[in-house]
Amino acid sequence: MSAIGIRDLNVWFGEGAELVRAVKSASFSVAEGESFGLVGESGSGKSTVLRAIAGLVDSWNGDMSVLGEPLGRRRSAAFYKRVQMVFQDPYASLHPRHTVDRVLGEVLKLHGFSDIDARIDRLLSDVGLGTGFRFRYPHQLSGGQRQRVAIARALAPEPRVVLLDEPTSALDVSVQAEILNLLSDLRAERGLTYLMVSHDLGVIGHMCDRIAVMQHGEIVELLDVAKMRALQADHPYTKHLLDSSIRSIR
Amino acid sequence: MSDTSFRDWLTADAPASRAQARAAAWYAGWLKLRGNTLAMVGLVVLIALILLALFAPLLATQDPFVQDLGARLKAPGWEGHLFGTDSLGRDIWSRLVYGARISLYIVALVALVAPLLGLIIGTVAGYMGGIIDVALMRFTDIFLAFPRLILALAFVAALGAGIENAVLAISLTAWPPYARIARAETLTIRNSDFIHAIKLQGAGPLRIITRHVWPLCISSLVIRVTLDMAGIILTAAGLGFLGLGAQPPSPEWGAMVSEGRKYILDYWWVATIPGLAIFTISLAFNLLGDGLRDVLDPKEAGK
Repeated sequence: MSAIGIRDLNVWFGEGAELVRAVKSASFSVAEGESFGLVGESGSGKSTVLRAIAGLVDSWNGDMSVLGEPLGRRRSAAFYKRVQMVFQDPYASLHPRHTVDRVLGEVLKLHGFSDIDARIDRLLSDVGLGTGFRFRYPHQLSGGQRQRVAIARALAPEPRVVLLDEPTSALDVSVQAEILNLLSDLRAERGLTYLMVSHDLGVIGHMCDRIAVMQHGEIVELLDVAKMRALQADHPYTKHLLDSSIRSIR
Repeated sequence: MSDTSFRDWLTADAPASRAQARAAAWYAGWLKLRGNTLAMVGLVVLIALILLALFAPLLATQDPFVQDLGARLKAPGWEGHLFGTDSLGRDIWSRLVYGARISLYIVALVALVAPLLGLIIGTVAGYMGGIIDVALMRFTDIFLAFPRLILALAFVAALGAGIENAVLAISLTAWPPYARIARAETLTIRNSDFIHAIKLQGAGPLRIITRHVWPLCISSLVIRVTLDMAGIILTAAGLGFLGLGAQPPSPEWGAMVSEGRKYILDYWWVATIPGLAIFTISLAFNLLGDGLRDVLDPKEAGK
């Protein structure tokens, strides 16, 4: 059973003359425990795929299934317990008026946990934040700390699949590495399945086993990270991406 | 707990409990408000007004309803009448003090009803979108288009004249702007990631609107309410002038002004002094509202 199965997924925005087809018949599947990367430039539709899986986009057709559960228009309560998402911008993904304690407490309550106090402390230590951060407001935290809180929130219901929408692109480089290492450690500990979106091939290379390359809403190539590292891409666009990525390092 | 350690507790970098975190947030807001001198002036005036209303029986020198036709229209300072007397020989200072109760009553009642109604309708319309949004906003437009005094007349005809019905009429015509503000705020909030995040945790619309959208809308509504207070007091006074609000013997400030209007050329103080009172409280509310904007604006809170 695959953790995520996508077949012929189309996503569009607007209608009539203003119709924009953000994703065009995308298909891929992610095995359980795997870390899968979606790569592409801005506007290639990679984040939209994630949002469609999460149920944040209404206008889609095709087949999607997560952990054997086919996805319809509405997501079940069980879905939210098994699939969680970490957003791109940690400055926008935490409620400005809620303390860390309230954010995590509310999530735990929503999922019906009873030992909330103990769980909050454990979640905070799992993501490398001390209990001293528990009663702070987001504006009292740095970007990296906020993203750790967002990761703790995503882990609160003990999900099996985590959708990562460029989780480090809003952070500076040294913090990026910390967050990526945290994410890899958490995956190893909990056997999580990751579906990660990024435009940074370095990040993807570090985090993922397999990748799909997207261009103009279409998946142009699926390849192993080992192949990507060896620069053995078939599609010209993938070659172009690899090229420019290497040039930016040098 | 000594003074300094209490302040340390309030400004602690890492609060140790929910209560402390909340107290610290309030304290930070208070410090910001205290830094705004004009807002503090407004606050002091309003606190003075509340004390005035609270201790009216102690502060009034005479009964506000007792008439003395021998001492009508006396100038301020005449025989212990601090602000003089009106056309029926009633002490203006005492009437002013008791009138503060009525003004506060109006303000409190309107401030409870109108913004709450506007908040509920605006956030539901903004968050749900689609047909619900269209229906609720057209409903809002109908109320917005309704002339305030005509509606007040209808209410008075149905329920009888009086300050409560006037306030009800004001509230029912005052909520549409709040609904519009709340809707506009909601539209900017509803697509932010923290709303998506809580949606992904399985939260329903009711929880999202009341727990996540409201806290961010309330501040702009509070600011708007304090800025509108002056207008509300004046509208209540205007209704009193038409005989639809406070009824004659009651010392409502607007009614006092309209009473003094007849004598304004020869006995200026009869209309001027309650007018100055209305001016002062309106100004105080405006100053406070301006200061609150700096403190409460959620866009500023992150900085």
